[in-house]
Amino acid sequence: MTLPPFERFYEQHREEIFAFLARRLGRDRAEDAFQETFLRALRAYPTLRHGEHLRAWAYTIASRIAIDEHRRPRADADLPELESLDGRPAFAQLEHLADQLPPTERAAVVLRYGYDLDYSDIGAALGSNATAARQAASAGIRRLRQKELR
Amino acid sequence: MNAVSPDLDRRFRDAAAREGLLDVAYDLVDSPIGSLLVATSPRGLCRISYDADSEREVEQLARAFGLRVLRSPKPIDAARRELDEYFEGKRHSFDLAVDVALLADFNRRVLRELARVPYGEVVTYGELATRAARPRAARAVGMVMNRNPLPIVLPCHRVIGANGKLTGYAGGLERKETLLRLEGAIL
Repeated sequence: MTLPPFERFYEQHREEIFAFLARRLGRDRAEDAFQETFLRALRAYPTLRHGEHLRAWAYTIASRIAIDEHRRPRADADLPELESLDGRPAFAQLEHLADQLPPTERAAVVLRYGYDLDYSDIGAALGSNATAARQAASAGIRRLRQKELR
Repeated sequence: MNAVSPDLDRRFRDAAAREGLLDVAYDLVDSPIGSLLVATSPRGLCRISYDADSEREVEQLARAFGLRVLRSPKPIDAARRELDEYFEGKRHSFDLAVDVALLADFNRRVLRELARVPYGEVVTYGELATRAARPRAARAVGMVMNRNPLPIVLPCHRVIGANGKLTGYAGGLERKETLLRLEGAIL
């Protein structure tokens, strides 16, 4: 599938990406994250080789930005930041591990275990539903385990 | 409601252009001869289209200039202002950079001569061919006019048949007539 002009990509995904960010961050913070998501997508767009899995790609960028936003200190809250145990965020480790998986399974695994999305959001990202997302994630995990055992 | 507000949408489109991330920015511009799709690359104005189907036009822009095509009004502001002034009769020439880098040499040469045809005057296809140093290429000049990527700004409406007939116009003869009447070239 050939890549569409960026205008099409943006029109197709802006509403669901914004809704997703608003659920995670609240409406106000979602606005900054929204702009950053699509600017980042725009910067990376010429490096894409085909137009498949664009929705999952958009969700992955949005998820990463949502996590960055969460980490950012907020003016109106002074809660301590939670650090991951070895200092390396979960998604960074997983994205590397999951590199060899088929694209749908890879997206499902990374979004579930790297970004902690629930299955209905992952289903949306994959253009399917929560059940299919759960199946793709567990198939991916099974495959990763098999690789580890070999 | 978690919908993208027009303000947020606009902020993103502005930021994309401001950060220099676009291959082409475009917007629709109202005019007395219908809505125009006006597009610019980083090098200059690259398309003015009468085609109301912006989807098809956006696809073509992406194929020619790169995939990062986005509707973004700011980069079009100068062109919009000059076109408005032109249609109000206040502007007789355009001060806009144009991007014709992708065209063939012959087309560029003909369009360069075309750009010198003054406001309110007309020239025949044959005469324009002569000025482009290809006196027998009137028909080829007709094709260049037909595929002019920047009508109005590159004034192909000022080119007419040897018999004085308006002959043809990619945007339709009615528009050609309206433009020439606006310029006082015909009554």
